Amino acid sequence: MKKEFTPRITSFLCKWCTYTGADLAGTARLQYPTSIIPIQVMCSSRVDPVFLIKAFLSGSDGVLIGGCHPGDCHYETGNYHARRRFAIVKSVFESLGLESQRLKLSWISASEGPKFARVANEYTEEIMELGENPTRKNIFL
Amino acid sequence: MNVVNDLRKTIKKLLAEKKIDLFVGWEKGSLPMAATPIFITNEDEADRIVFDITCGNNLSVYFTKDKKQFADKKVGIAVKGCDARSVVLNILEKQIDRANVVMVGVPCHGVLDKKKVLAKTDGREVLELIDGGDTVTLKGNGYELSSDRSEILSSSCLSCIYPDAQEYDIFVGEPRGEVPNENRLKEIKEFEAMSTSEKWASTRAEYEKCIRCYACRNVCPSCYCNVCFVDQNDPAWIGNTCDFTDSMVFHIIRNLHVAGRCVECGACERACPMDINLLLLNRKVAMEVKDRFGDVAGLDINGKPAMVDFREDEKQDFIMG
Ligand code: SF4
Ligand code: SF4
Repeated sequence: MKKEFTPRITSFLCKWCTYTGADLAGTARLQYPTSIIPIQVMCSSRVDPVFLIKAFLSGSDGVLIGGCHPGDCHYETGNYHARRRFAIVKSVFESLGLESQRLKLSWISASEGPKFARVANEYTEEIMELGENPTRKNIFL
Repeated sequence: MNVVNDLRKTIKKLLAEKKIDLFVGWEKGSLPMAATPIFITNEDEADRIVFDITCGNNLSVYFTKDKKQFADKKVGIAVKGCDARSVVLNILEKQIDRANVVMVGVPCHGVLDKKKVLAKTDGREVLELIDGGDTVTLKGNGYELSSDRSEILSSSCLSCIYPDAQEYDIFVGEPRGEVPNENRLKEIKEFEAMSTSEKWASTRAEYEKCIRCYACRNVCPSCYCNVCFVDQNDPAWIGNTCDFTDSMVFHIIRNLHVAGRCVECGACERACPMDINLLLLNRKVAMEVKDRFGDVAGLDINGKPAMVDFREDEKQDFIMG
């Protein structure tokens, strides 16, 4: 049996969409797990790959980046850049043999409170399946 | 030899006609295996210019790391295929102005990897090196041997597709044309075929050797932030040790920072004192960028570097719905 634990999912949420969506989930009293640790960023493209690594080294079990749907970015094109960068980060993780399932990007708009709650739940379950981030104990796998 | 003579003549002409204030090229180094970069401002000095298997430095590094030198100057620069791509990238990234650069293409037949030469000579010092085209003669204390050129070439050259400058103002000598290089992805494919744990083990064995000297970063023309993330201490992104964790973080992030900007010149790998196979990951990222976005770094002077460009309808299979 897998050990019960509360994962820590560091979440970089864009101010204009996903963070507001998370707020909406809260005001609508939707249940989502405490594993989500939200950090507000001005745009999903603000997330430098070094943030992700830092999050893992600091003991996160997963990282979530949340941004506006394509075409809805407050800065018009930020999320397109975030998407390109994320694709490369994920492939580098994969090719090095790191667990790329611990990296997620999702488009959640300000009106999608229920979607935020669902993503938070699903991702948390997925991480529970995977177990703790091995870097938590013995630094870098 | 003709290429070198033509190159010298070209430089003299450019200087005489005041088309450039300064020329950046290579001269014979004080050590036989490495040519040294040279800045030429005066026609007489042009005869010091050389071009052969030892000219490994990617000279465009000066455009980004020594910007003051070049402020308001017209600069001529000798470029191999990969160097030209770096210059193009520097132009696209607004580090230099196209109008201020005169790119002189030279036909490149590959540059040497010192470590491979020393393996050939069993570690004996090389006192003289003669680049004879297909064969290269190495001489030292009490020995003389010749080697096939291909045996001592840098791994970046063995997998090179664009040995000629694709963007240039003047081309000296005969261009080689595109080289269909089937070998290029062989190493990556082999790597990709391994299991996750094997991959990690091999990555670990490689990067554990790193001593964080930053030679790789310093010779890279695409690495030019005023303050590199490894040198920031508030916040400190990465620890200051040569622990595997810290080294690995450095390399992952450096790779991601040069994603879509690495021209695979191999300068980093040749500079590395610890003989780390740095190009594997670089090539992997370049391959991914090409597959996904169709971009090759520095080929198109009218394009945009891949990571600042986008298409609305890109594949987004990895998005959590
Ligand atoms: S990362 Fe290495 S191969 Fe790529 S551009 Fe920089 S020095 Fe050249
Ligand atoms: S040159 Fe080699 S040893 Fe030095 S920091 Fe780069 S990879 Fe590490």
